[in-house]
Amino acid sequence: MSEIHSNWQLALQLAIEAEAIQVDSSVANNLTQWTIAADDWLRFAAIAQQHHLRWAAGWAEQGANTFLVNACFAHQEGYLWLCTELNAAKPALPSQATIYPAASRSERHTQDMFGIHFIDHPDPRKWTRHCAWQRHEYPLRKEFPIQGTPEAITPPNMDYQFVKARGAGVYEIPVGPIHAGIIEPGHFRFQAVGETILNLEERLAYVHKGIEKLAEGRTPDELVRLAARISGDSTVAHSWAACRAMEQAGGITIPERAAFVRGILCERERIANHLGDIGAICNDVGFAFAQMQFSRLREQWQRTSANVFGHRLLMDRIVPGGVSVDVSVENGTLLTQEINALRKALNELIPALDLNSSLEDRLFTSGYLSPSTATIYGVLGYVGRASGQDFDVRRDMPYAPYDQLSVNVAVEEQGDVASRVWIRVKEVFASLKLLAQMLSQLPEGELVTAWHKPEEYNEGLAMIEGWRGEIVTYVRFTSDNKISRFYTRDPSHFGFLALEKIVLNNIVPDFPVCNKSVNPSYSANDL
Amino acid sequence: MLRLFAKILKTGIVTETIKRPDASELETLGIEVKRQVDKYFSGSIAIRAVDAGSCNGCELEIHALNNPLYDVERYGIHFVASPRHADVLLVTGPVSRHMQTALLRTYEATPNPKWVIAVGDCAACGGEFGVSYASCGAVSNVIPVDLVIPGCPPTPETLVKGLLSLMNK
Ligand code: SF4
Repeated sequence: MSEIHSNWQLALQLAIEAEAIQVDSSVANNLTQWTIAADDWLRFAAIAQQHHLRWAAGWAEQGANTFLVNACFAHQEGYLWLCTELNAAKPALPSQATIYPAASRSERHTQDMFGIHFIDHPDPRKWTRHCAWQRHEYPLRKEFPIQGTPEAITPPNMDYQFVKARGAGVYEIPVGPIHAGIIEPGHFRFQAVGETILNLEERLAYVHKGIEKLAEGRTPDELVRLAARISGDSTVAHSWAACRAMEQAGGITIPERAAFVRGILCERERIANHLGDIGAICNDVGFAFAQMQFSRLREQWQRTSANVFGHRLLMDRIVPGGVSVDVSVENGTLLTQEINALRKALNELIPALDLNSSLEDRLFTSGYLSPSTATIYGVLGYVGRASGQDFDVRRDMPYAPYDQLSVNVAVEEQGDVASRVWIRVKEVFASLKLLAQMLSQLPEGELVTAWHKPEEYNEGLAMIEGWRGEIVTYVRFTSDNKISRFYTRDPSHFGFLALEKIVLNNIVPDFPVCNKSVNPSYSANDL
Repeated sequence: MLRLFAKILKTGIVTETIKRPDASELETLGIEVKRQVDKYFSGSIAIRAVDAGSCNGCELEIHALNNPLYDVERYGIHFVASPRHADVLLVTGPVSRHMQTALLRTYEATPNPKWVIAVGDCAACGGEFGVSYASCGAVSNVIPVDLVIPGCPPTPETLVKGLLSLMNK
């Protein structure tokens, strides 16, 4: 246990030793990896929670005669990667969901995809599984063929037991999977009295596309193309996370210039999404002026992306080992001018929003998420930061280029829709500042480090602060430069959990604005 | 309030003109028209957008159609909330198996005559996701398709041109 190098880990280690939990410790990719016995899985979670660790991700993997189950915990100052090994004959381990509710859907996903049983899980219903594969089939097991054996028409999932509410005047509103707007599909079940929402239950996985399975057997280049399509609005962030995980596995350091270009792409993505969402949130309460102005700004921003980088959403610009695009001197000037222009436009627009009392009336106090609930569910990104969760990978566990920049992180405690709008506004300004820094400090040099085959079965675990928050991505290689396992946990996972709480006691007609203020990605959640 | 009006006046009209595409332009854009909307519609179509499994990239660009630069409503193209109000289904994504029944039901709920537009490479051919245990691939594997607008995602300009190509003058 010589690798312990920080106080929080030391404290945790002592507590674990006091409980007589055996730990095998190693360091993988600068992360501490602890292997424990499956029986201790729950006890570990209890201690981790006492030490205020956040549950960040959970995934499984099939070994030769075993299943490996992993969980990633986070502390303000670092991550801890927990593993255990299960016998393949009857894979089971105690659920951590009673202690970490944020782990619940992830464990259900692992149960559906691998057939690993989580003992005493508080919610044993299926999650990712609808009716596209048979009861005793598990798509992420190696023997399951990617084509599966689907019926000509996959029947709808009719037997899902939703939570019921009874009482005088209580009624239910089922919504979706197809929604009225131009948005992704998912099912929402509301219980309401009058207009007030008593309970909301989400039923997701409608856009499950088998991304984890599709990743298997891909080359690094092919994996990045797939990762770029996990969620179209986070294409930069997910490609970056996939590349960073693979680069760790291969021991590849990307050129400095490439890291800066990645940073520029990622901040541009953040700004584009925030601009679109701020407008859309205002539109959801009938304030079309903001929608028109912000969608205009977003369109101009995307056009510059197309002109300079060749794609309006910046898809496929990040490649294993670096980037496929450069910023020429002229383009650098152009981008800097655009930063100033956007800053000026926002300085005109924001006061107009700020002074609008009808907007204020609808956004303040709507969709409240308390800081304590946000902590319980490990909520990240702007949703977390509007509810007091002071965390940002770029600042707290910086990676290149952010380790050379000063990252300002806006945090509020107000927790309502208005606060989530303001956090976004502040994040736009912070990103503009980062962009200016990156453009002025852009180092000279190469754009890609040549790829070389990672050693047999090497793995990588990477975190990237996408526009929605921390993304955690895991990869493992086979012996021949192919992917044997790919997993990613998008911050939408927590966004959806938060949404169920955010809407409580709000009126049904405010659901769209509450939802938009969180804007989780169904596609990235369902994989 | 004054700031608001000042900003509106200062911004002015930003909407751009978009030319109706001719056959050769459609070909370069890869747009494939299988059947045109006939005269019944007198230059106005109601569209129901259905995400049948996309990565949401296509949705972002469909959203852009309503921004002031493209403003597709001026061509009589508008988005409606129910398939029962729609002439056209604009379908994105590979059709995930979990959405297959929902898409079929939406198709049935749309009154005749109806048109289906497959938007994006995924909808056109399955794209990066193809056919698997979780995905039915192209939209045409599930419902008949009348127009294909490729791209990953197609740009708003390609989308407008595709929509205009469907409408007889
Ligand atoms: S075509 Fe591209 S942008 Fe559209 S859904 Fe498919 S992957 Fe996403």
